[in-house]
Amino acid sequence: MAILPLILKDVSVQAGGRILLDRVSLEIGAGPKTVILGPNGAGKSLLLRLCHGLIGPTHGRVRWTGSDAAQARQRQGMVFQKPVMLRRSVRANVAYGLQLHNVSSSERGDKIRQVLERTGLAGATDQSARVLSVGEQQRLALARAWALDPEVLFLDEPTASLDPSGTGAVEKIIQEIHESGTKIVMTTHDLAQARRVAEEVIFLHNGRVAERNDPDAFFTRPESEAASAFLEGRLLW
Amino acid sequence: MSDISTAFALAFQLIVVLDAELVDIVGRSLFVSLTAVIIATAIGLPLGAVVAVYRFPGRRTVVVILNALMGLPPVFVGLTVYLLLSRAGPLGVLGLLFTPAAMIVAQAVLITPIIAALSRQVMRDLYEEYREQLCSLGAQPRHVVQTLLWDGRLGLVTVVMAGFGRAIAEVGAVFIVGGNIAHVTRVMTTTIALETSKGNLALALALGLILVLLAVGVNASAAVLGGVSAYRRA
Repeated sequence: MAILPLILKDVSVQAGGRILLDRVSLEIGAGPKTVILGPNGAGKSLLLRLCHGLIGPTHGRVRWTGSDAAQARQRQGMVFQKPVMLRRSVRANVAYGLQLHNVSSSERGDKIRQVLERTGLAGATDQSARVLSVGEQQRLALARAWALDPEVLFLDEPTASLDPSGTGAVEKIIQEIHESGTKIVMTTHDLAQARRVAEEVIFLHNGRVAERNDPDAFFTRPESEAASAFLEGRLLW
Repeated sequence: MSDISTAFALAFQLIVVLDAELVDIVGRSLFVSLTAVIIATAIGLPLGAVVAVYRFPGRRTVVVILNALMGLPPVFVGLTVYLLLSRAGPLGVLGLLFTPAAMIVAQAVLITPIIAALSRQVMRDLYEEYREQLCSLGAQPRHVVQTLLWDGRLGLVTVVMAGFGRAIAEVGAVFIVGGNIAHVTRVMTTTIALETSKGNLALALALGLILVLLAVGVNASAAVLGGVSAYRRA
């Protein structure tokens, strides 16, 4: 039973007279880690929020087409650029999502221990989540999402405010979540990170999908002019 | 000048020896205002949370009304409650006029909008921060309301204290619906007004001092809790 593939058909988003996403059509299926790459303002975060159902399109349709599509809301998670920590302990932050998903209390305890160990937060279980460092908070956000065993996990520039070691830790966790069978869809503007993480690249420019390619081809022989310019560090408007 | 110093000396004496009348009045004041705060909190907090979270037609109007009602003049509330509870009024059969219950009703009416409007603001700010994350985790609006009430608890305690401060210091409404009857509906503020007009400055001053101490205590607690809350939020 799956909720994927996710199909976007001619999806546009307008706000304040501006077109932020312009007739985007995409199919996102299970498997490779998908990285949505593009400069600031390309519409990456917006596209991710749209996929996750946090906002609706002005035009077009976003549909989960798997056999279990009715369960789509429950089977996907998202981690935001700035981690949102509930004013509770580390444990309670993870427990919160599990409670909403009606996980029994006995199962909850095991699950919480497991994800906190995997994200290196086992020693901080009873601390207030608000006093953790940003890196730890982002790992907790990953743990909270991971605990729900989502089929798809959307990650919106999860390392944008982290130092290199924090970034490394988060990327390692993302790889483990991927290996546990969750489809990863991540945005980044960081080329080096895209090279490290991507198994598939969707390049977004000015609210449009300029190119979709496998990483080898994308980084060596980009098909679109916009992608070449971005890779060469020429400023895009 | 000597009148004032004599009054101060007498006031301290009344406080130190726990004068029976003084204790009676302070106790009644606390009972009336604390009960009113409990009722107003039970109505105001959920109301504030619902207005902060749910989208429904007329929500803006409700917000404007709540904000406007924060400045309700106590004498007007007193008059309205008086009319409702008087013999000829719609709730006259309850026989509540000139009882502590009537005073509780009046103060609850006075501070419910304050607690609702201020708590709505606290929870609105929190909701802005939490909205996408809670939605992502699959929270329904009723879960969101519960979460905001719990996670906003420190800010909300400050709100409740503001309501208590308003209730305990208020004189107009309790005077009208309570009638300032000795040993029945006489509270600190009404006694201060009465005793001052009678020239019995010592009791008035003693009550005034206690009122100030209570106000300072409540505000200090609110500031401390607010500080802790701000620290946690940082």
